Formats: sequence, C-alpha cells, structure tokens
Amino acid sequence: MQTLMFIVLSVVTLFSALMVVTRRNPVSSILYLVLTFFSLAGFYVMLGASFLAAVLIIVYAGAIMVLFLFVVMLLNLREPEEIEGRATVWQHFGFIVGIGVGLVFLAYLATGTGAGAPHVADAKMMYAIGRADWLGKELFTRFVLPFEIAGVLLLAAVIGAVSLAKKDRA
Amino acid sequence: MEITLNHYLVLAAMLFTIGVIGVLTRRNVLIIFMSVELMLNSANLTLVAFSHYLQNIAGQIFVFFSMTVAAAEVGIGLAIVVTIFRNVGSLDIARMNLLKR
Repeated sequence: MQTLMFIVLSVVTLFSALMVVTRRNPVSSILYLVLTFFSLAGFYVMLGASFLAAVLIIVYAGAIMVLFLFVVMLLNLREPEEIEGRATVWQHFGFIVGIGVGLVFLAYLATGTGAGAPHVADAKMMYAIGRADWLGKELFTRFVLPFEIAGVLLLAAVIGAVSLAKKDRA
Repeated sequence: MEITLNHYLVLAAMLFTIGVIGVLTRRNVLIIFMSVELMLNSANLTLVAFSHYLQNIAGQIFVFFSMTVAAAEVGIGLAIVVTIFRNVGSLDIARMNLLKR
C-alpha cells in the first residue's frame, strides 16, 4: 500500500515539476507548482510529518502561490510568447549543465550512500514526533533562539517589501 | 518492495535537477523563481526523509525554518520583480542588463 502510494505520488510530483519548468504561460506554471506542493505534502504525511504537511499546504500552496498569482495579474503581461524567443546558446548550455547535475546526483546515489541508514525501529514513536505538540515543545525549548531570529527575519522582510513597493522612493 | 531512504533521496535529486534545468534554461524571471522554490522543496523533502529514518526531530525543525526563510525570500523577491518590471517593462532576464551598461 505504501509502495503504491509512493509510486503514484512520485509520478505526480515529477510530472507537475516538469510542467512547471516547461510551460510558456506563468499562470499554468503556478498552478502546476501548487500540484507539486500538494503531492510533496503527501510525502510528508507518509513520513510522519503531519504538521509540516499542513504548514506546506497552508503557507506554500496557500499564501506564497497566491502571492505569485497576484504578481502575475498585477504585471499585466502581454502575450507570454514574447519573452521566450528562440533558444540561445546559453540556454542549450544551461540544459546540458542541468543534466550534468542530475548525473552527478545519480552517480553519488549509485555508490550506495544512505544504504546503511537504519530502518524505522519504532514506527509509533516516529509518527508521534511529527505532530504539532512535539514540534511545538522542541521549538520553544531547544530551538527558541532560532525561532526568535526567524521572527526578526520576517519583520525585516516586511519592512523591505514595503520600502521596495513604495512608488515615490527613487 | 519496501520504501527506503534511498527512494526518497533519488526522488529529491530528480526534483532538484528539474529545478536546476528550469533556472538555467528559462528566461522569465517568475518561472526562474518558481524553479528555485522547487529546489528548496526538494532539499526539504530530503530533510524530512532523514528525520523519519534517523528518528530525529531536528530535520523537521530545520524544514520549518527553511519554510520561514522561503516565505521571506518570496516576499522580497516578488517586490524586487515588481520594481524591475516598473523600470524595465519586461520580465525577460536578457533585458535586465542595467549593470552592464
């Protein structure tokens, strides 16, 4: 059952990721990216990280993708064909480099890295630590300093976005 | 067949590769941005998978922070894209060569 789920989810993930990269129209790219996030959330649930799956859907598929969509509509683009003309030499080069990166990964994985990783000994325990209460406890005890720093980072991002968006700045 | 850590690593590597190809071959800034998000999420998938198979919660905490950073990055990045579009009038990265002149 888990194997079937894994196969279905990975097919959906890879297909929608390919669609994100190949579509001409940014709007369809965004919608495929939302599909990618949903299937990634499925993987998170399979891995016992149910809280992170919820956060992924709410924050990524909800907030961030709406922001993308909003910007696309705001910019009032002309025909999407206008941007992507004929492929340049650099684009062919980039494609080859990208394939090379994939081959390096495959070679690395083929050497058997991670083969010695332990199997899940205590599955019940494993599904417990992904829950919101465990994550919250850790977040407010061991990781409280990074948590506060993340808050400062978000504040800085808010100030930066507002100052960039002000029209009479420059 | 049992799903092991390696399956997740291979899947994340494929996802990352797709993201790299997107960044290197597309010319629309928004789509390049989305490919960066793909790469970020493949790294997150790796972290969650390790967290599961090593039974250590630190990986999930790390993903939590990486999502925070990604949210901040997208906010600022899109603000920059809007500003550039206002000045250049296009999303084509080939036309964003102000520093070259």
